[in-house]
Amino acid sequence: MESTPFWSLKFWLEGLQSLDWTDPTLRWVVMGSVLLGVAAAVLGCFAFLRGRSLMGDALAHAALPGVCVAFGLAEWARARGLFDVGSKNLWLLLVGAGLSGMLAAWCISFIARNSRIKEDAAQAIVLSVFFGTGILLLTRIQHGSSGSQSGLDKFLFGQAASLVGSDVRTMASMAVVLCVLTFVLYKELKLLCFDQAFGRGLGLPMGFLDGLLLVMIVGAVVIGLQAVGVVLISAMLIIPPAAARFWTEKLHRMIPLAALLGGLSGGLGAVMSALAPRMPTGPLIVLAATTMFTISLLFAPQRGALARGWRLLSTRRMVRRENALRDLFEITEESLAPGTTTPDMPVEQLAHFEGASEDDLRSKRGVTQAVLRGVLQELKRAGWVEIMPHPTGKGRWRLTPAGLQKAYDVVRRHRLWEMFLMYETSLGPQSIDRDADAVEHFLPPEALVHLEEMMRQNGLEPRLKPAAAS
Amino acid sequence: MQTENISPLEVQISESANSHAQIPALEVHDLTVAYHRKPVLWDIDLSLPAGNLIAIIGPNGAGKSTLLKSVMGLLPIASGWAKIHGKPWHEQRQLIGYVPQRESVDWDFPTDALDVVMMGAYGRLGWMRRPGKAEREAALNCLEQVGMASFANRQISQLSGGQQQRVFLARALAQQAQIYFMDEPFAGVDAATESAIVTLLQDLKANGKTVIVVHHDLETVREYFDWVVLLNMRLLAAGPVATTFTRENLQKTYGGKLTVLSAVADAVSLDDARQTPFARGRKGAKTFGEN
Repeated sequence: MESTPFWSLKFWLEGLQSLDWTDPTLRWVVMGSVLLGVAAAVLGCFAFLRGRSLMGDALAHAALPGVCVAFGLAEWARARGLFDVGSKNLWLLLVGAGLSGMLAAWCISFIARNSRIKEDAAQAIVLSVFFGTGILLLTRIQHGSSGSQSGLDKFLFGQAASLVGSDVRTMASMAVVLCVLTFVLYKELKLLCFDQAFGRGLGLPMGFLDGLLLVMIVGAVVIGLQAVGVVLISAMLIIPPAAARFWTEKLHRMIPLAALLGGLSGGLGAVMSALAPRMPTGPLIVLAATTMFTISLLFAPQRGALARGWRLLSTRRMVRRENALRDLFEITEESLAPGTTTPDMPVEQLAHFEGASEDDLRSKRGVTQAVLRGVLQELKRAGWVEIMPHPTGKGRWRLTPAGLQKAYDVVRRHRLWEMFLMYETSLGPQSIDRDADAVEHFLPPEALVHLEEMMRQNGLEPRLKPAAAS
Repeated sequence: MQTENISPLEVQISESANSHAQIPALEVHDLTVAYHRKPVLWDIDLSLPAGNLIAIIGPNGAGKSTLLKSVMGLLPIASGWAKIHGKPWHEQRQLIGYVPQRESVDWDFPTDALDVVMMGAYGRLGWMRRPGKAEREAALNCLEQVGMASFANRQISQLSGGQQQRVFLARALAQQAQIYFMDEPFAGVDAATESAIVTLLQDLKANGKTVIVVHHDLETVREYFDWVVLLNMRLLAAGPVATTFTRENLQKTYGGKLTVLSAVADAVSLDDARQTPFARGRKGAKTFGEN
């Protein structure tokens, strides 16, 4: 295993086979990391939606001096013979971390409320001051008498391998408390994140809930300190919710999904870290989460980048197709039935139209020749237009009977929309779905009749009618 | 508002509303509100009768929204008091329905229209209880009243601005309140939404509710409202539209913007032969003082 480089797939596959799942250490490590992934993701959903994504980062960095001070206090007390809880007692260190995290949160809100400094600036200031202090204290402790064995440096980047059974039980109990609280207060927290002012209007104590959410976020941060470390724990708060958001439009689905992604990345990161023991766990967990985020960002069906890009592209193509059809229809209409008084032209007349040149079509709309040709070829393949030879050498384009039907529908729809937008106010209250592509889909029949009449009066009724419409 | 079982609270309210019709829906005494050192509302004394549609108008920065928020207890009051149906707001929360400004929330929040409307019931539900079938049906009914029933399951970011506004109105209806505070519900909405809101206001009035609306379109005040409150950091006038919405009062309220205003004021005083709503279209002077 030593000889295989860690970037090869072989390294991980061989490693996976060699993992001893009966080993309690490995089990604890994986379980602990999964728990932290779940708890952080659940709380992270609310931080993310509340627009507090950076708060977790500030709180986490601010936890470092708390850990150091708690360690120092315990050492000091033991040296004086006052009490001995063991300076590596996890509860003690986590309480220290939580307290200093909350102190930082208070500082941030104090600065933001009592000065003209905005919250993001306050976060940046408090984060760096607390973290700097933490690094100073950490360096002192590590150069002190018992420092090198303190193991406090694992709080920087996390070392899941150092988790033992009692640690995981501590983490598990905190994670359970946090998840239950979230479940119980689900509707209040949702309201807090969506519309705080309305919640206050209902008489719900939004200030209290906001503070409680902060304390819960501190809790989630504290759970992850040992495995992921202060520098990267905020990634576990934000990345899984951000990834989950791509897949769903409902909060009650987003939270379990984020928990799943968070737990999965926690587990994966821990396993990888067990295979490559010299690697810190935090970065591996974050990398696993980031992979899932990247997949979500790209491939999520509605909100993903590819889906959005594809939608944009196909809308653009559809608009170009429809525009070309409309232009050709209007040129044909103008040529066969000039003026507005001419009676409707039956479809047989189409044969008398000598066709429109590409220049005619381009003069209707500012498209490049390449784009126009592409669209026309597309329409030709669909059987909606045909090209006829012309003495000038440049072919001329004409609608086929099928194309006429299609173009008639498009033109009529566009002109009805136009009428609707012009006479919207006289139609009285309507329940309008602007996503609907046709006015018929949301207007009652009598309003449609009215619009058709308006279309006639404005001389906009399509005069070239396909067989089916006449 | 057609819920099958009326809670004891509501019975008590409707009785008190009948027997003490003289108790004002909103009574404000000596109200002063300050942000930091600068007061934005001075010594407001106000008494608004129940069962009316009331517009609060005034130029930008006149403190219209501030008045609304402070009487609901959303902003701290520097001095004075406000009573809703004869009692301080914190005792009357169940009576208050609130429509905040549409821009105050992030519409990309992962939820749908029906879910937002159900939030109106959260106050009644109390802690820990989840909205159930009854709340869901009541919420659907409220969406129906604003003509949005077919959009119940639409993600809220997929709604137009006017539709989002109607979702907010439906949510206030779901609060089953006696007095409604609406912060600029007509701002930037389409004609369909505007008429839906007007219809809704009429319905609420017909059911004996009081509606207090921050409004910015002087042209429609006479058409939509019974009462008007003219505000510009101080209270300039308050009373029935017929006697209070006068050119003189408008000039006092809007001061410097007299030229634009006189055109509207003339139109207002001349426009006695009322045309039917919406036939007139939505011309000029729409966003007053929004420069």
